Amino acid sequence: MGTPLVGTAVPRREDPRLLTGQGRFVDDIQVPHMLHAQFVRASVASGRITSLDLSAVREVPGVVAAFTAQDLDLKGITAGLHRPVEEYVPTEMPVLAGDRVRFVGEPLAIVIAENPYAAEDGIEAAKVTYDVFPPVLDEEAALADGAPLVHERAAHNTLLDVSLFATEGIDEIFTGAACTVRVESRTGRQNALPLETRGALAQWDAREEQLVVHTCTQIPHQVRTVMAGCLGLDERAVRVIVPDMGGGFGIKCVVGREEIAVGAAALRLRRPVKWIEDRKDALTASFLAREQHYSLRAAFDADGHILALDADVVCDMGAYSCYPFTVGIEPLMASSEMPGVYRLPAYRVRGRAITTNKAPTAPYRGVSRPQYVMAVERVFERAARELGLDPVEIRRRNVITDFPYRGVNNITYDPGSYRESLDLCEQVLRNEGWYDRQAEAAGQGRHLGIGYSCFSERTGYGTAAFAQRKMKVVPGFDLAEVRMDTTGALTVTTGTVSHGQSHETTMAQIAADELGLDLHKVKLHQGDTDRVAYGWGTFASRSIAIGGSAVRRAARLLGERLRVLAARLLDVPYEDTVLDQGNVRLREGPQRVVSFVELAEVAYLRADLLPVGIEPGLTATASFDTLSDGTFSNATHGVVVELHEGTGQVEILKYVCVEDCGVAINPTVVEGQCRGGIAQGIAGALYEQVTYDAQGDPECTGFMEYKVPTAAEIPDITILHLETPSLITETGAKGAGEGGTIGAPAAVLNAVNDALRPTGIELENTPIRPEQVQLALEQASYAHQGHEQHKEPA
Amino acid sequence: MNSATDQQLVTLTVNGTSREVVLDPRRTLADTLRHELGLTGTHLACEHGICGACTVLVDGRPARSCLMFAVQAEGRQVRTVESLGEGDQLGDLQQSFADHHGLQCGFCTPGFLMLAEGFLAQNPDADREEIREAVSSNLCRCTGYQTIVDAVEHCAAARRTQRTGRLPYEGNAQ
Repeated sequence: MGTPLVGTAVPRREDPRLLTGQGRFVDDIQVPHMLHAQFVRASVASGRITSLDLSAVREVPGVVAAFTAQDLDLKGITAGLHRPVEEYVPTEMPVLAGDRVRFVGEPLAIVIAENPYAAEDGIEAAKVTYDVFPPVLDEEAALADGAPLVHERAAHNTLLDVSLFATEGIDEIFTGAACTVRVESRTGRQNALPLETRGALAQWDAREEQLVVHTCTQIPHQVRTVMAGCLGLDERAVRVIVPDMGGGFGIKCVVGREEIAVGAAALRLRRPVKWIEDRKDALTASFLAREQHYSLRAAFDADGHILALDADVVCDMGAYSCYPFTVGIEPLMASSEMPGVYRLPAYRVRGRAITTNKAPTAPYRGVSRPQYVMAVERVFERAARELGLDPVEIRRRNVITDFPYRGVNNITYDPGSYRESLDLCEQVLRNEGWYDRQAEAAGQGRHLGIGYSCFSERTGYGTAAFAQRKMKVVPGFDLAEVRMDTTGALTVTTGTVSHGQSHETTMAQIAADELGLDLHKVKLHQGDTDRVAYGWGTFASRSIAIGGSAVRRAARLLGERLRVLAARLLDVPYEDTVLDQGNVRLREGPQRVVSFVELAEVAYLRADLLPVGIEPGLTATASFDTLSDGTFSNATHGVVVELHEGTGQVEILKYVCVEDCGVAINPTVVEGQCRGGIAQGIAGALYEQVTYDAQGDPECTGFMEYKVPTAAEIPDITILHLETPSLITETGAKGAGEGGTIGAPAAVLNAVNDALRPTGIELENTPIRPEQVQLALEQASYAHQGHEQHKEPA
Repeated sequence: MNSATDQQLVTLTVNGTSREVVLDPRRTLADTLRHELGLTGTHLACEHGICGACTVLVDGRPARSCLMFAVQAEGRQVRTVESLGEGDQLGDLQQSFADHHGLQCGFCTPGFLMLAEGFLAQNPDADREEIREAVSSNLCRCTGYQTIVDAVEHCAAARRTQRTGRLPYEGNAQ
């Protein structure tokens, strides 16, 4: 056999086209007679449309058509959970708002013009009047008695309210505990912000009797389902194709209403219609994420062992439920994963999704894990202080070390390196002298802090795990097909969709290894509902764990077919054959060899030579799913920060990530995913926040207001790998896409608080604002004696 | 669309080739490159001059093509990502990006390539910190920037070696 490709940092096969400008993103596609769409959007956060006049729009030069909700008369998008009405209130998101308006930016009409400039002229000519209602803009207002209702059926503006776990006797544990700590942790609303905004190009193909939609989505088959449903078409009459995609990070794993409207317009006009979201709409009117509030209470014994955790989680999901995940995605994720890497005997949790007059939310890289990890890590930091323990030591005493471990959350964790990653991360910072430098700095009146976060990340959720969420449509499995042609080259199709994760390289590595093929003989197809039988797409770090396992199985099946055929042709027992570098040969004595090309020739071109009972062709399909609770990647992040007096600036001096995603198919790709994720985590910790004014107008309409960190803010990051193979995937790989984002906010916040330790002030919320840090440092300068209170400057 | 009389004939020199286009004066250089000339390597991600995805070289200097009208580029030399490399052969800067995993989704990549190409032409001896500062003009959402800085730094070192015959110094990337 040749050198294995899995585990090797082979160069990315995506790179040449992307580096030469030959990538093909949605907006790169031009077709004859193409029209361009933009949307008239609501300018009030809450209200009823009293008139929507598009007559002037239709007079604008270049405008071809303009449609309101009434004109298109489409079914809305409803995402559901199988939960009783006391727990879950389903909401419909209309494709275009026809009556009630629930956030600034909600689409009211689609304007179609000969070019994008005219489409923008067109939307400015729309005349809309409203009955304006008082908006509900935050958790407190939403839950207040007598609050205006965002959705009439949702009392207290609560769309989901569940208590998934409540260990009996938990209150007694708190009563008898040596130490009890409380944490109130809030995280700011963020935008996942792929550089490529959303977009779609829809055209009717009369020959195929199909609406062909090119769109940048992480879930093409689910877009097809919703598109067909809203338009009243058979699913086969919709083909969704995903070209190159400029990032997604979760915001593109839900179905947007705009692409449906574009499809409807193309169907009506029988002309191709393209919509490319502009940055303002992407920041204000697409899907947002992350705004959560954790109220945690935890009990510890005198040695620092956690005894009980009582949690209340409130997630501000904005105006609508996203399809297919619903508003349940964040509170259910937080509730079921909360204890994370720690041995926890008793657990009680309430999780709520509330609705407000802000843009709706979608999953964003990490989904609730960045937030719950931050809150739980604060619990351990707080307990360490109370009990006089070292922050690393208290973690060491509590992390799960025996696997498989059955958690209080009814999850069985597959093996990981929780303790080892923590030890190694601390060791790196000690060996590099950061603790000495911290002591030195303190002597000079400088403020260095060291912070950690430990977490595991459930990835590779199978159908069973998603079914526990009680979604009406349940993701989980994935499919793959491999097809060998007469030249012995292999085409692999997968139901997952790469948007930066290098699937064309890593999936090919898996297939090529399984068959003993050269990498250049393998080509991946993805993101086309007509070429891929079915797929659940790419989210929840599932692509390699689930999709890659399906690819490996399909390749294995094809390998078996090749061996069966060769064995019959060579007249030897099947067991005596083995795949080897593009050939089937005898296990013993390599003198009898038949190449894949020869076998493919027989399978296709000389079927007359096929042994009786063997079918022509060389294809194999396979699915992969898991009945277990999924794979658990894990990591420890360690950060050193310096706080700058006078500006309150937080500077990251050192960042170490010790990660374990099982078998790394391509270590370079894994590192890239880690670094990118950490950058987004740092962004959430220190910079990015979507804000609204008192009327519900978005305040971040461009990159001047929404502060995305640049190369000047994101430090170089040291990444070390541990490898605990998953027991449940075909490759031993676990998900690697989200971990960086999960670990960073907690580690950065802990480091800042470590630096603030002499002030007695602990911050609990993100993004950490310079003025908070500045205020804390100023308070310290006149309160040298050391305060005991744990309060946060406003 | 404005009436045909508002349209202008503009001659642009892009990647060394002179091209005539008839366009609306308000048409940006970015849109003109992408949609009139079919050079779709130049990308748009914010259209207000912050993200730098649309960076091209105008008379050798990096410029935001979303902030320029095409008519302003008349008589000037415009270079886009399509000018890097020769045929199927990647240019040294492109190869360095591939070698250092300086791209993931690849959407911001043409902008970073043109930014770096222009920057290194003006500052061939830039050190890592200067490169990092230059790179901070553009946004990337995938890489965390480190590998982009690595790629530019190693390309600069290799070019210096070629110029002076000295061995490239080792960067401080791990």
